[in-house]
Amino acid sequence: MSLGRIVALLSRHMYLYKRSFARLLEIFYWPFLDLVVWGFITIYLEKVGMSLHGAVSFFLGALILWDVLFRAQQGIAVSFLEEMWARNLMNLFASPLTVGEYLVATMTMSVLKVTAVGGLMMLFAWVFYSYDILQMGLSLLPFVLNLVISGWIIGVLTTSIIMRFGQQAEVLAWGMVFLFQPISCVFYPIEVLPPVLQSLAWIVPPAHIFEGMRGVLTTGNAPVTHLLWATGLNGGFLLIIVAWFYHTFNICKDRGMLVRVGE
Amino acid sequence: MPASDSMASSVVEVRNLSKRFQGFTAVDNISFDIKKGEILGLLGPNGAGKTTTIHMLLGLITPTIGSIHMFGLDLATHRETILQQVNFSSTYISMPFSLTVEENLKVIARLYELKHIQQRIDDIVKKLEMEDIRHRLTRKLSSGQMSRLTLAKAIMTEPKVLFLDEPTASLDPDIVNKIKSFLKEYQRSEGLSILYTSHNMREMEEMSDRIIFLQRGKIVAEGTATEIIQRYGQRDLEEVFLKLAREQNGP
Repeated sequence: MSLGRIVALLSRHMYLYKRSFARLLEIFYWPFLDLVVWGFITIYLEKVGMSLHGAVSFFLGALILWDVLFRAQQGIAVSFLEEMWARNLMNLFASPLTVGEYLVATMTMSVLKVTAVGGLMMLFAWVFYSYDILQMGLSLLPFVLNLVISGWIIGVLTTSIIMRFGQQAEVLAWGMVFLFQPISCVFYPIEVLPPVLQSLAWIVPPAHIFEGMRGVLTTGNAPVTHLLWATGLNGGFLLIIVAWFYHTFNICKDRGMLVRVGE
Repeated sequence: MPASDSMASSVVEVRNLSKRFQGFTAVDNISFDIKKGEILGLLGPNGAGKTTTIHMLLGLITPTIGSIHMFGLDLATHRETILQQVNFSSTYISMPFSLTVEENLKVIARLYELKHIQQRIDDIVKKLEMEDIRHRLTRKLSSGQMSRLTLAKAIMTEPKVLFLDEPTASLDPDIVNKIKSFLKEYQRSEGLSILYTSHNMREMEEMSDRIIFLQRGKIVAEGTATEIIQRYGQRDLEEVFLKLAREQNGP
C-alpha cells in the first residue's frame, strides 16, 4: 500500500473541488436547505405542543447524522463517477495504483467530505436554532464512526454496480442510500415498522446507530448493545463488500469493461 | 520459448496470448517480443486486435490465455513493479478536464511516486513546447495540445517501455511531424522500447524498426517494413495493408 499514490488521488480531487462551484455547492447548499426545512418543522412541532421529548435534538440530530451517512457514501460513489466522466480510469489503472489504494483514497475522500458537511451543519444548527449536537458528548463519536463505515459500505456497493453497468447506473450514486433510509429508522424508532421490516432493520447497521442515538438523547448514555451490533455488522459487511468490489473489478477486466466504463 | 531464454535482449515477451469476449475472438494466439531500444509497429485494420493487445499489456484487460512478461517478470503477478516502468499514450484517452495541464502532470507524477516533481514537470513542459499552456484548463486544449499532454504524462515518468496507440491520429501534419521527431529523438537518447500503432503507413515505415501485421486477431506478417513489402510483392506498406485488409473484409 503506497501512501504516495493515495495522496496522488486525493490531490486530484482537491484540484477539482478547488475551482468547481457546482461541487462546492453540493457540499454547502443541500445540507443547508435540509437543515433550514427540518429546523422549521421542529419549531412548529414544539409550538403546537407535540409531546415529543427534545424535538429539536431528535430531528436535527438525526438529520445531521443522516447527512454523515449520505456524504460518506457519496464521497466514494461520486469520486468514481468523477473518474468515469473524465475518462480517467485508464490512466489510473494502467499506473501502479492498486485497487486497495484506490478504495482507501476514496474512503479518505469521503471522510473529508463528511468532516466538511458535518462541521457546517453543526455550525448552521448552532447559529440558527441554538442546537449544539456536541452536547451529546463523546458518547456520540463511536456512532458517527460507524455511520461513516456504513456510508463506505453503501458507497463501495454503488461503485461496483456503476462499474459493472456503466453510465446507466450512475443515478445510484445519489439514489442508492435512500433505499436504506426507511429501514435505517433515521427519524422514527424501529418499533413503528411492520414486523417484517423490523427484522430487516435489525441487520442494517444504521438502524442500530439511530436507535443508539435516540438512546443517547433520552438517557444520556450510549447503549452498548446497539453500538456492538452496529460495529459487528459494519465489520462483516465491509469485508464482504470490499471482496465483492475486487470480484467485480476482475469481472470488468475480464470482459474488457474497465476500458469502456463511461462510454 | 521460455521467458528467461530471451530475457537479455527482450523487455517485453508475449506468448500465446488470446482474448475471447463472449463468442468473439479479439486476439488469437499471438506471440512476439519487443527488444530493448526497439520500436515495434503494430499494424492492422480496425478490429484487428491492436488496442485489445495494448490493453492486455497494460493490465487493463485480463487475457483469456497466454502470458505477458516484461523485464523478465510476469505481469499477472508483478503488476505494480512492471507498471512503474511502463506508460502509454493514445489520441483516444483523456485527462481530467477540470484540472490544468500542470495539475494533471502533478497528479501523474505523484501516482508514479516520482522525485523532484516540479523539476520533471518543468523539463517535460519545455521539451514538448507546452510552456504557454501549462496553466490552461485541460478542457480548453485543442486536440494537438491534448496529444502533447498525454504524451507528456507518458514520457514524464521515464518509462522503459512505452505503448503508443495511434498517438498522431486526427492531428495536423505539423504537429504529427513534431511529435514523431520528438519521439524518435527521445527513444534514441533513452534507449526506450516502444510499441506503436498507427493507420498511417508512411509514419509506420518511418517510425518502426520492425512491424507486426494483425488480422482478425492473428499475426499474419512480421518483419521489417522492407521484408513485409517484398514478401507480399507490393510497392509499399500501404498496398500491403490494403491487400491484407481486403482479404479480412472480403471482396
